[in-house]
Amino acid sequence: MLKIENLHARVEGKDILKGLTLTVNPGEVHAIMGPNGAGKSTLGNVLSGRDGYEVTEGSVIFEGRDLLTLEPEERAAAGLFLAFQYPVEIPGVNNTYFLRAALNAQRKQRGEPELDSMQFLKLVREKLKIMQISDELLHRAVNEGFSGGEKKRNEIFQMAVLEPKLAILDETDSGLDIDALKQVAQGVNALRSPDRAFLVITHYQRLLDYIEPDFVHVLSDGRIVESGDKTLALKLEEHGYAWIADRDPALASEARV
Amino acid sequence: MSPTPAPVPFIDGLRDIDSVRLAGSGHAWLDTARRENLEAFIAAGLPDTRAEAWKYTALRALGQRRFTHGDPGAPTRNVDPKELVLPGVDGPRLVFVNGAFRADLSRLEALPAGLTLQPLSMVLSKDPEPLRFALSRHYRETSDAFARLNAALAGDGVVLRVAPGTRVGKPVQLCFVGTPAEGDLAWHLRNVIELGEGAELDLVEHHVSNIAHKHLGTVVTDIVVHDGARLQHALLQNAAEESTLIRRGSLHLGAKAHAALHVLELGGALVRHDLHAELRGDEARLDTRGVFVLRGRQHVDTQLSIRHQALNTASESTWRGVADERAHGVFRGAIVVAQGADGSDANLSNKNLLLSGLAEIDTKPELEIYADEVKAAHGATIGQLDERALFYLRSRGLPYAEARALLTAAFCRSVFASLPNESLREHFSEALLAHLP
Repeated sequence: MLKIENLHARVEGKDILKGLTLTVNPGEVHAIMGPNGAGKSTLGNVLSGRDGYEVTEGSVIFEGRDLLTLEPEERAAAGLFLAFQYPVEIPGVNNTYFLRAALNAQRKQRGEPELDSMQFLKLVREKLKIMQISDELLHRAVNEGFSGGEKKRNEIFQMAVLEPKLAILDETDSGLDIDALKQVAQGVNALRSPDRAFLVITHYQRLLDYIEPDFVHVLSDGRIVESGDKTLALKLEEHGYAWIADRDPALASEARV
Repeated sequence: MSPTPAPVPFIDGLRDIDSVRLAGSGHAWLDTARRENLEAFIAAGLPDTRAEAWKYTALRALGQRRFTHGDPGAPTRNVDPKELVLPGVDGPRLVFVNGAFRADLSRLEALPAGLTLQPLSMVLSKDPEPLRFALSRHYRETSDAFARLNAALAGDGVVLRVAPGTRVGKPVQLCFVGTPAEGDLAWHLRNVIELGEGAELDLVEHHVSNIAHKHLGTVVTDIVVHDGARLQHALLQNAAEESTLIRRGSLHLGAKAHAALHVLELGGALVRHDLHAELRGDEARLDTRGVFVLRGRQHVDTQLSIRHQALNTASESTWRGVADERAHGVFRGAIVVAQGADGSDANLSNKNLLLSGLAEIDTKPELEIYADEVKAAHGATIGQLDERALFYLRSRGLPYAEARALLTAAFCRSVFASLPNESLREHFSEALLAHLP
């Protein structure tokens, strides 16, 4: 589904990703862990097509297409979804209206018929079972005045409606208390399926207690330095990133921060 | 070297007032007023950008064009009545095509009691005397060039009166239609509107064009809202892309009178809108809200002047400007709180959005306060679309143009939230979206 090879990327002239290689198959949940500054968020931003990230080397193939040549909206229509670490507040744009416009824009790009408001309403009711959002939030402006937890739940709700093939969760756990974290994780788990993959980017092991990954990768200085199953996350929790650093001198300086 | 005034600026075949046939000719006071205004216009011509009021709007190119006065074919020009229909607006209607009244397109039967709605041409041919005060005005400044021209040459327009205490149930629609003629026309309309004490009126002003033309229209409107009366005034300007439209309004509010204005400017190549409002009675209240959305090489200049002249008056002004491509928008909002207008409350906000590096918006909020215990605030900003929001929308699948339109519409939306006619409000939003490139 997703094949990243030797990816190098820079931001504002600074090299951040330095040869990242990763393959994700349908149905798999991959966790990307690593200390601050390792390049975790850069990976999410490069994959979703945000401006200002320059890919200098390597390739990303998504569903057989060269992902890096696609516009952000084309990536979305192809089945990529980024749950933002900091969802953007958009005053004046109604949450439900926006979501319907987004879904229909994707469907149009894929050559599928658009949903009318009745069909969309039905879909929303169905998806509310997966990720509960209050009626009030549905009708407010996108993320405007939402609490941290409400914003993250709204991201997962959008994911439920848009039904991507690959969802990237960028530090979705940041700023959440334990109850909110559980709710978000429940939503994600309900969306797991044999043909949907997840890339869970996180600094802490905590989220992985609730979203159980098939693979855990440690990102350090722009490369994956260690891969394993979920027990790798537990080891990291126990020993800290210094444990990897001991085996990888490149990480040593960052681990002490 | 002093600049030589233009010889009879841009009106073909115009020597003096006697060479023009206008409704009401033969009444000495009206002939005099027209003649003097025309002479003043010919003598001074158009203002240049050294005049403060025209600093950002150059009229040089306009002054070099030639226009024909009026349209002899106006009574029979083909206009599809469907183009005049606005959702939520189904009351009496007065329609003008190329500056001339069209009874066949108007809706004047069964007017509600207390409402007088007539074309100016008809009033002038019967008895112009009641309009003597309004129509014998002399404009002293060169910057009033178009008002002079209008005072000299307007033979038609709207005369609307609401009797004291009358609440007009359905919205009254005024349509100003431009349509192609044999050449480029100059036409002029003069509107006189009065709401008696305690009267209520919902007014919809619609400038519309069915086919491309390059006419020049001037519209001068005086509105008086007497004590305790209420006016809702919505204005949709969707004139032809290459047309020139100069509108000048005066609005006087009596004690406890309330006027709310919602303006959407979309059309025209060169558009100028002056509004001079005076809050003359205690506790008068004025809300003005407006948006211009410009593209191509459009130039739209809005000049708002509000004078608080009585106790505890309030004005709230919310204006937004959007300019794309090579368009140029101008906004000037001047609020004066006169001596003695204590307890007044004045707010002015003007926010602008530049969608292109070649677009330009000039904004100038001004506040002059000569009274005590006044609450006043004003602010203006010029910015661009939030890149983060744009990316967020695109990451969810919305194509760039759609995401941009959605954010632009959102930027303007708050302005029309207070428009009570829901269908019309919806139509304003759609018209705005449709105008975005």
